[in-house]
Order: sequence, then C-alpha cells, then structure tokens
Amino acid sequence: MDIIGFLGLGFSVALDPINILYCFIGVLLGTLVGVLPGIGPTATIAMLLPITFSLSPAAALIMLAGIYYGAQYGGSTTAILINLPGESSSAVTAIDGYQMAKNGRAGHALATAALGSFFAGTVGTLLLAFFAPPLARAALNFGAPEYFALIVLGLLVSIALAHGSILKALAMIVLGLLLGMVGQDIYTGTPRFTFGIRELYSGLNFVSVAVGIFGVAEILRNLENEKGRDVMVKSVSNLWLGKEEFKRIIAPVIRGTALGSVLGILPGGGHILASFASYSAEKRLSKNPAEFGHGAIEGVAGPESANNAAAQTSFIPLMTLGIPAHPVMALMVGAFILQGITPGPNVINDQPALFWGIIASMWIGNLLLVMLNLPLIGLWVKMLTIPYRALFPAIVLFACIGCYSINQNIFDVFAIGFFGIVGYVLIRLGCEPAPLLLGFVLGPLLEEHLRRAMIISRGDPMIFLERPISATLLGLALLAVLIAVLPSIRRKRKEVFVEED
Amino acid sequence: MLAKFSLRDLLAGGIFVLAGAYFALEALNYEVGTPFRMGPGFMPLLLGAVLAALGIGVAGTGWQKPDREKPLPPSWRGIVLIIGVVIFFGATIRGLGFVPVVFVAAFASAMASRLNSPLFAALLAVGLTVLCTAIFVIGLGMTVPWFGPWLGQ
Repeated sequence: MDIIGFLGLGFSVALDPINILYCFIGVLLGTLVGVLPGIGPTATIAMLLPITFSLSPAAALIMLAGIYYGAQYGGSTTAILINLPGESSSAVTAIDGYQMAKNGRAGHALATAALGSFFAGTVGTLLLAFFAPPLARAALNFGAPEYFALIVLGLLVSIALAHGSILKALAMIVLGLLLGMVGQDIYTGTPRFTFGIRELYSGLNFVSVAVGIFGVAEILRNLENEKGRDVMVKSVSNLWLGKEEFKRIIAPVIRGTALGSVLGILPGGGHILASFASYSAEKRLSKNPAEFGHGAIEGVAGPESANNAAAQTSFIPLMTLGIPAHPVMALMVGAFILQGITPGPNVINDQPALFWGIIASMWIGNLLLVMLNLPLIGLWVKMLTIPYRALFPAIVLFACIGCYSINQNIFDVFAIGFFGIVGYVLIRLGCEPAPLLLGFVLGPLLEEHLRRAMIISRGDPMIFLERPISATLLGLALLAVLIAVLPSIRRKRKEVFVEED
Repeated sequence: MLAKFSLRDLLAGGIFVLAGAYFALEALNYEVGTPFRMGPGFMPLLLGAVLAALGIGVAGTGWQKPDREKPLPPSWRGIVLIIGVVIFFGATIRGLGFVPVVFVAAFASAMASRLNSPLFAALLAVGLTVLCTAIFVIGLGMTVPWFGPWLGQ
C-alpha cells in the first residue's frame, strides 16, 4: 500500500462516528484546559489516562492526542484575551496578541491564531504521515546500543531546551531515572527500593507521579498567591480577516510552520522553543520591527503556527521510536502501555489501522478546533471568567478518583500526596519538574537497553562508540550539553526564557 | 559563611545528595554484578552516586550568590488541606463509599483557598459530588459502593 492507501485506511478509522466523538471530546477538553487557569495538558492527560482504559485503543489515543494539540489552541485564546498564556508555548503570542486585543483587534488576532494553527497542524500531520514510515523502518534495525544512545540523547537534549539551571535539570533527570527503578528488577525479579511494601513491587504508578508533580504541586504553588484575573475583552467581533491582513500573515505562517516542524521533533520543550524562535525571526525579517510588541499581526501568526506544527511533529519520535519527546508524550507512552501496546517501530506494521487512524484523526481534530474556536469564541470568553478557586477542588478530586480507579489501589492515591509535596518543594527550590517525569518514564528502558548492550559486548563499553548510529547519537547528546553550557548560549537562553516566568 | 550561599541552591543540592546517597547505599544491598552481567544494584548505585555528585554541584553554584528576592510564604492551610484530602480519600474510599468521601474531599479542598467561603465550598462540594458520581460511577461504571460498609450498608 502507498501513502494514499494508508491515509485512506487512517481516515476510515478516524471517521468512525465513535472515534470522531472521542476526537471531539479530546479537542474540546484540550481547548478547555488551555483556556482555564492553572491546569495544563500534562495534568489533564494524566488524570484522564485511567478513564481511557475502558475505551478501544484507537479511541483512547485519539482523544488523548486531541487534548494535547487542543490545549495549544486554547492557550492562545487566553494569551490574546487576558495576557496570560494558558500554555507556556503561548507566552510569545501574548506579547502582540494582547496588544491587538487592547486595540480592539481581538477578533483578528484570534482568527490569525486559529488559521495559522490549522495550516501548521495540517502540514505537521502530513509530515508525520510521510516521515514516520521510513523512520520506523530504520528503527527496526536498532539494537540495544542504539536505543540506549537514543534515550541518552533524548534526556540530554531535553535539558538543553529547558530553562533554569542545567545542573538542577540534570539532577532532576537522574532523580527521575532512580524513581523509575523502584520495583522488581526486570532480569532477576529482585524487589528494589520497595520498603517491603507489596504495592511497590510493580513500580511507582506513573499516573500518580505525573498527577502529583504536575497537578497537586501546581495547585499548592498557585495557592501561595491567590488573585483573580481580569477579562478585559467581554465580546469578540470582527473575526474575518481583510485581504490586507491575509497577505501579511501568509509568509509568517509558512515560516513558523517550517521552524516548528523541525524543532518539534527535538526532545524537550520543542514547541516552546519553536514559538520563541519564530517570533524573533519575524521581528528580524519585518520591515518595521518597531511594531512588534505593539500589536504586530505577524507576531501572532508566526509563533502560533510554529507551536502547533511542533505539537504535531513531536509525535514523530513517539510513533516511530517509542521515545517520548516531552512529558505529555511520556504520558502517551503510558496510554499505549495501558492498552497493551508497546509504542515503537512495530506499531506501524502490527497495528496499521491504529497508527494511521491516529494520524488521520489529528487532521480532523485540527478542523474541529477551527470550528470550535472561531464561531464559539463567545463561549470560551465566558469560560475565562471561571475563577481558579472553583476549579482546583475539581482537579484534586479527579486526580484521586482517576488514580484509584486504575487498580482500585489506595497506595496509588497516597503516592499522589507524596509526589505533590516532593514536586512542590523542588519547584520552590527552582527545579523544573518536566525532566524528572521524562527520566521516570525512560528509566526502566534506559536500564534495560544498557544491560542488554553490555551483555552483547561482553562488558565492553566501547560498543557504544564502535557502532556508527549509537556513536553519532551520543555525539549529538554531548554537543547538546556543550552548547547549552556555552556562555553565549546561556545568555541567550536567559533572554529567551525570561518571558516565561 | 552560610549567608554567602543561595539558600535555594543549598537546599536543592542537599535534597539531591540525600536522595542519591539513599539510592546508592540501598543499592549495595542488592547484587551489584559486573559491567558484563549487571545485577539489580548496578544502575541505582551508579546513578545514586551521580545524583549525589550533581547535588554537591548544585549547592556549589549557589556560592557567592545569596538569594535576592524573598520567595512567597507557602500557604500552610493549602498544603495541609490538599494533602490531607488526598490521604483522607485513600484511607476512607473503601470504607465510607464514593458519595460521602467525594463530598467531604471537595468541601475540604475548596476550603484550601482563602477566597472561598464555607457556603461556596459546600455548594461546590454538592455540585462536584453530583458531577463525579455521574461521570465515574454511573458513566464509567467504576466499581465502588455509593455508600460504604462503615456506614452500615
């Protein structure tokens, strides 16, 4: 079958009424959490993972994917209307989008964001469809050393793209790796770090870890400083772009899409980096850069396209290699595993309907998002007025109920509390939680592949350097760390990420 | 001497050193093995040592860089109530059943915010109890009693 045939298969799965329904629920929830304060896609997907257990694999993954890219749309709405990015990747959109809204051009800014995102989403999905099969084929030849090198690369690049102290990010990764080792050893069955508690033999429940660190810790953080938020724009009109504006956004959208597609594949916060990179590129290329920061439509079009393209292409490493590029993708790995499927290069051959169905659903989801976001914008504006103090109790409850419902195991619930406290303390001390979760998910894989590689080489670590692919990957990993610690780049990173805090 | 350190870095580093030391020392109780045939203790020992070293590094970077801004004080009320709710949920869900546990948990967590009055918290708790029961117990068929054995059911 060629790509058309595969996409046809995909659409036949994605257009199944049940799957359309779950795709719709996914993007709706995604937009909702993107719009609502204090809850992001990571916590949402973690909370909803248990619920998807009872769905078919296709419906479950289509819905969870929808939450992720839907949140990118919703995040831009809050960024434009109230100058509060719902998602970190929309931080740049807030700069010019909010200024446009202040000048009465909120409708234009929202339409630009939605149209740019739709274009970028379409291109990103196509790229995924074209590049995933050859990459998956290449990955089938990967042995343990290559996988080990790939995981190391993924972990190290993710810190190069994180903000804040690199040493702290490294330490968080290692702590995550260690936490991932709790439970029975894969080869010998020896229970490790279990304090003799039987419930820990199968390892820490990663839904508990994710919900604790990204949900509960975030709530505790927000309770430190409670304040309401002002919604300046009560109604949005004039959603149609004029010919003039349309012309102005075409080039930024295409450039943003290209940048985002490339950066999205990188591990770590690819989509965040993409939107920042696109913004500075547009500013540099603009004929009147002085307009930037005062409502330049290009400053909305470029970054919004970039972060949406990146959201789409960040599925490539997950779908082809089984390696998550960032925490949300790590949760998707968990979703695959809950459904009894090991994500990786085999999925495309063993479960073609599932693989292509997810890809096709992304395009449908993007279409649904445009329809949801533009005509229904009034509804989302109303949502913005829901106060945080009414929301967080629901988050706490959903977290507890969701975790408990996976295995009816109360230990999983206590673990939420533990990781909530741990996450809160570490965040207060300036440590980013994302690398910890990434390390936690990849820890067991890293250990398995390392041990297997060392058995193959009879204990000679040179195996990683003698095989060309693993040597290249490890070289890239080293390069990523070196670049991140170079003084000039460090200053740049500070500038780039300063807006986020 | 201490005043010259960033307290945040010092504390973060300390946590990493302690965690690394725990994992490394505990790993010694398991078979470490050789690089050729790694035992269950090999990776944790290695990574624990790395974590402890990174922790020292993190504390060291805070040298001569005392924290300038004072962090916001933690909301003790929030911490106690939210973590308390999570523990309460785990401890009583089997005994009390879904409806009472969700109601109490929703009320208590809503009270974690200083901006919520008891009346608002109670109303919110009623709403969330109805919503959660509808979604999880009726909609998703979660196997949990509405009212548990402790309540004589």
